[in-house]
Amino acid sequence: MNWIALKMLTGDKPKFFGIVMGLTFAALLITQQGSIFCGLMCRTAGQVTDITGADLWVMDPNVRFVDDVKPMIENNLYRVRSVPGVKWAVPLYKGNGRVKLTPEIRELEKIEPEDSQGRELPPVYRRKIDEYGNPARAKVIEQVILLGLDDATLVGAPPPERIEAGRVEDLRKPDAVMIDYTRLRKLFPGEEWSLEETHRKTASELTPEQRTRFELAYGRIPTDPDGKVNFYSLFLARELEMNDHRAVIVAICEATRTFQSNPVVYTTFSRAKQFIPRERKMLSYILVKIAEEDQHPGTLLDRFIGRIGLPSWLDPKTDALIRSESPGAFIANEIGGWGSERRPETARVTKAILDRTGLKARTRQEFMWDTIGYYLKYTGIPINFGITAALGFLVGTAIAGQTFYNFTLENLKQFGALKAMGATNLRIVGMILLQACVVGLLGYGLGVGLAAWFGLSAGKSELAFYTPWELLPMSGFAIVLICVLASLLCIRRVVVLEPAIVFRG
Amino acid sequence: MDLATLKNAPAPDAGRPSDDATVAVSIRNLAKSFGAGDQKVYALRDIDWDIYQGQMSMIIGPSGCGKTTLLSVIAGILDADHGTVDIFGEHVNRMSDAARTRFRARNIGFVFQQYNLLPALSAAENAAIPLVIAGWEKKKAVAKASSVLEGLGMGKKLRSLPNTLSGGQQQRVAIARALVHEPRLLVCDEPTAALDHDTGLSVMQLMRKAALRPDRAVVVVTHDNRVFHFGDRMARMDDGRIVEIIDQTKGSIAHD
Repeated sequence: MNWIALKMLTGDKPKFFGIVMGLTFAALLITQQGSIFCGLMCRTAGQVTDITGADLWVMDPNVRFVDDVKPMIENNLYRVRSVPGVKWAVPLYKGNGRVKLTPEIRELEKIEPEDSQGRELPPVYRRKIDEYGNPARAKVIEQVILLGLDDATLVGAPPPERIEAGRVEDLRKPDAVMIDYTRLRKLFPGEEWSLEETHRKTASELTPEQRTRFELAYGRIPTDPDGKVNFYSLFLARELEMNDHRAVIVAICEATRTFQSNPVVYTTFSRAKQFIPRERKMLSYILVKIAEEDQHPGTLLDRFIGRIGLPSWLDPKTDALIRSESPGAFIANEIGGWGSERRPETARVTKAILDRTGLKARTRQEFMWDTIGYYLKYTGIPINFGITAALGFLVGTAIAGQTFYNFTLENLKQFGALKAMGATNLRIVGMILLQACVVGLLGYGLGVGLAAWFGLSAGKSELAFYTPWELLPMSGFAIVLICVLASLLCIRRVVVLEPAIVFRG
Repeated sequence: MDLATLKNAPAPDAGRPSDDATVAVSIRNLAKSFGAGDQKVYALRDIDWDIYQGQMSMIIGPSGCGKTTLLSVIAGILDADHGTVDIFGEHVNRMSDAARTRFRARNIGFVFQQYNLLPALSAAENAAIPLVIAGWEKKKAVAKASSVLEGLGMGKKLRSLPNTLSGGQQQRVAIARALVHEPRLLVCDEPTAALDHDTGLSVMQLMRKAALRPDRAVVVVTHDNRVFHFGDRMARMDDGRIVEIIDQTKGSIAHD
């Protein structure tokens, strides 16, 4: 009977595609909107997840989320260091700074000349020139997020996997800063940004036009020792001005985009104090490592991994792993939930810090959720996205459910004939459920596939897009619910159907 | 053509059953109503009738007289208020729903006025449905249905979809579907109503030829007087009662 059900379903192609499209639309909307929502929420806590290596964030007790900085006196750092169970504690400055720069416009104009007979000649590129005959220049004053890391240890700096050009250690050089590449475009308008796509390509992969553009704009093709193009290295040694102080770019890194999408500038704690107008309190957070680390299951796993190597299924470049302290900690957190959150000494040290200093200590996970929770509670974002996802569900239900119901109604007489010929209610219900499953699976697969394609297309663009695995069963559940609702209506009609209907003309 | 003329009309073929034909369906004191209270309407009343194996029995009468209701009760797809319907010795109206469904699947073939073929299935697949319901594999069921269709002159249309077939061809597929599982009772509801005169006659001829066997009874509801002469026995109904039973070989029997 299953093949009969499937032929009945696919026989009427417009209706079949109508049902599948309705479900696809619902799955797409729920997954895509959910992913954008999750992406936005992740961005809100991006600064927390980007800073690795510490077990606890210590802060003023009134801090509610990561951007809600309530500066502390620097004496608190020494008080926290004196708390039993604290292995080390380092300062972190987080604040908003202003960057002033006067970049030269390097953008090239493409001129397509013609000869006297109107025939096209090869294109010519030339620098954009302003009305006074000089290369155009623009002044930029840009708001940035300034992170001041501990001078000695640079705890909180991005791991090497996230460094695109330069070296983190160079932050110890005079006036050194490190900038995230995602917002470089904002700081350096007028550069040859079309060449950004050549980053990490081998020089032989460049088109002749890209080579010409590099030569004309920068006089060279920037390559790493491994022969790959490093577009971002063009920005090394460039100078900025912050609070009337000179700042030199020594490294370009990747940082999670922030909610406000401002560029992130890393420097040392002491230099950050120069880059910001002087305030009495400058200590934003204290990053703390808890002692007795050897007790942590992640450390034991790290020793094991050190012997056998990183498991093949664990991509060392995944964001989740990069953000973890170590592969062992990542596995321990993911599988056993043995992260620092669950360690008994974490609770003990947290309480000791509060008792002895009056400061609040949160683990990275806790602080991340505090931040996300704040945005969820006070910005109305989840309501807006929830409404969109609910609309997707309703529209999907309306289109797919109604079409499926109509499809069954139109086949009612056929179902009646099958019942008259001896098909039991159970078998007919099975046929309807099979039909619902097939359209549900197709719609879900297409919808999630389209959402994934959308996410991949978005790539590293401005769009916040993150699909946690939990979102997939959620949208799957929504599609199942639509199919079940539609099927229930149909099943009810078919079960109560008298086979005698077939004898009515 | 009135009934008096009909009873003297020559039979289309000579294969009439003998007087000692076995009863296939025995109906006693049957009544069926619809609605309740003041709205209650009796569709069937005091029906007593025997349908014989090896015969084509017809139920005739004006529209609304209860022909289709009686056929539905005989086929076991409609419950009677009271009375009994025995088919091959089994009390169909005392069976559970599930047992009756199984009984129908095994013993009864259906031919509907509007054919009720599944539009997405080919002729052979449509004809195979009763076998599939009985649990046959698709391949074997379609193979058997194809041989039945070939026997009905539809060998070249096995893979055609219903919407590409003429009315007569669709009815042939419906007849093949009704016969494929070799039922002992065939019930046909207005099989010629949607067909023109010539096609209707050929369908009835085909039905007599292919369906009528000594161990099978055929019941046909029709108000098409052009095909009355194909019936061996006819029950004429009026207002929910059988008012006359006509044995075309012997003559009319007043029922009331």
